[in-house]
Amino acid sequence: MNAIRNQFSSLHDLREKAPLFLALLFGITIFASACNLWVPEDSIFYVSTYTITLLGKYLCYALLALAVDVVWGYCGILSLGHGAFFALGGYTMGMYLMRQIGDRGVYGDPILPDFMVFLNWQELPWFWYGFDHFWVAMLAMILVPGLLAFVFGWLAFRSRVAGVYLSIMTQALTYALMLSFFRNEMGFGGNNGLTDFKDILGFSLQSDSVRVVLFLCSALVLALAYCCSLLIMSSRFGRVIVGIRDAEDRARFIGFKTENYKVWLFVYSAVLAAIAGALYVPQVGIINPGEFSPLNSIEVVVWVAVGGRGTLYGAIAGALLVNYAKTRFTAVFPEAWLFALGALFVSVTIFLPKGLMGLFKGRKLFSSEGLPWLKGRRKGEETQ
Amino acid sequence: MIALDNVRQAAQRYRERSFSAIQKEPNIDISHQVLLYVEGLSVSFDGFKALNDLNLYINDGELRCLIGANGAGKTTLMDVITGKTRPDSGDVYFGQTIDLLGKTEAEIAQLGIGRKFQKPTVFEEQSVFANLELAMKVNKGITSTLFARLSPSELDWISQVLDTIGLKSHYTMMAGALSHGQKQWLEIGMLLIADPRLMLVDEPVAGMTAQETERTAELLTSLAGERTVVVVEHDMEFVRSIAKTVTVLHQGSVLAEGSMSDVQNNPAVIEVYLGEEH
Repeated sequence: MNAIRNQFSSLHDLREKAPLFLALLFGITIFASACNLWVPEDSIFYVSTYTITLLGKYLCYALLALAVDVVWGYCGILSLGHGAFFALGGYTMGMYLMRQIGDRGVYGDPILPDFMVFLNWQELPWFWYGFDHFWVAMLAMILVPGLLAFVFGWLAFRSRVAGVYLSIMTQALTYALMLSFFRNEMGFGGNNGLTDFKDILGFSLQSDSVRVVLFLCSALVLALAYCCSLLIMSSRFGRVIVGIRDAEDRARFIGFKTENYKVWLFVYSAVLAAIAGALYVPQVGIINPGEFSPLNSIEVVVWVAVGGRGTLYGAIAGALLVNYAKTRFTAVFPEAWLFALGALFVSVTIFLPKGLMGLFKGRKLFSSEGLPWLKGRRKGEETQ
Repeated sequence: MIALDNVRQAAQRYRERSFSAIQKEPNIDISHQVLLYVEGLSVSFDGFKALNDLNLYINDGELRCLIGANGAGKTTLMDVITGKTRPDSGDVYFGQTIDLLGKTEAEIAQLGIGRKFQKPTVFEEQSVFANLELAMKVNKGITSTLFARLSPSELDWISQVLDTIGLKSHYTMMAGALSHGQKQWLEIGMLLIADPRLMLVDEPVAGMTAQETERTAELLTSLAGERTVVVVEHDMEFVRSIAKTVTVLHQGSVLAEGSMSDVQNNPAVIEVYLGEEH
């Protein structure tokens, strides 16, 4: 029985699952970075800056998928609006980058971003104050989506809205935000969004080394988020969350205030999504209201479903694979991509309900020696 | 019965060592020997009166059986006591002072009222051990669950409960893979491990073999005295084997109350309920 006590410590899962993941992630990112910076352009090992940026974008998507997996895979909250938090995080970063342009804009106004000059605005709206400081933008990146998720979650979970109704509400949330961000009067650049960024923290966004650093930062943040989520999910808190997913009434009647747990998890997930958005914007160089589009949020759910829910690494793998496929596919058959995505989703749901990672689970990927908890799970699967 | 003595001792040790320090016991005033007051309770769903001016008093340490035909209001009564359903009128007090109406399910559970559902409800995707761990009486706040570690006395306590419910050899198994009877036992174990003052047990022996039923009866009788147990059951044999006091519900109110033989000889009861057996 003492053995199980160790398996119930959060560190156990971290020791068991993180090393392989971290080795793969950092192995590939560092190799790619080195090949970009130090390998001559005519070598076959050369990785172009375009590829680095593309990979960085994938990593941001992977972080977004991780955020969705945390709420959907572990707690059964199917959010079809996580793109909203991603975009809000992106906008806070975009506002900072906008202010960094200074008088180098087309109109050369030292304070007002181009679009405000274009709209004949005389002064900066109050909510743009402070965004010339990086730390203010970072604070806003956490607080704004966090607060929105808190208010939304508190209202929804306290009223015990669940299942498909909740999904529709999250969808409406992101749609409403999209419509309002499209309006010029909102002060976020309307349908053009924020773009033409020049530099971040004084470093030019166009230089290769800054691209590589941003790419490595994305990998580092993804690794941190993965380990942190793994720790949370393998703690007793994580078991309560899974309990809420499977039998919320039971969790209530043994004394857990399940609403509070769900709100906490939803806020955590929203903040992860926002960080992903903030890392995404300097790499792709633009943020516009299209990021709020409900379709984007649904796509994230597809990535998670393809990779496999409730495993964390499944969501990451799903995001990377589907996005790689998208890049390849849209280059060849742009108009067929959505059909392919739909077909992928349908076939995964029918043939691989546990996603691609369900194929590996219990095989050699994670040995279950000395891990009765996992063994039990497999025994459970066989008899079901 | 050795296992039961052990469990009592382990519970005692567990109480002394761990949570008396961490958690303050809710102060339940039972100066009049009554643990649960239900007075003038009425609940209606779309005009159907599920409970109709129901009065019920449960003494501290008592083992009470509730019987009644389908729709007599047994489960609704449990729903009201545990905070799942809000009544239209009436009072529910825990001890002399604690008003249960208006409290949430979680608050009521933390006061020491445990409930077993009619359909066994356990966390199917988690191990038997994890099920018990979650049900344990510890601080249920977010921060403390995030950083919780099992103490040796908690482990000891879980192990004792596993012994009592006969699932020691299955503790790593997913709860969803257990048989129906085993799930019932696990759920009873989850009640037991929370060390509740009042246990509300809805149909504990449905789907159990005769032998399992006998053990359940033994367990529930042994718990009474130290805890207060309210059992809802359809199996009349089972009720006969454990009950000292039986309350018969009919159309949302109490029809009769007394010992099993009193109730069986009550003409009103014979007519509406037991009568069907004859």
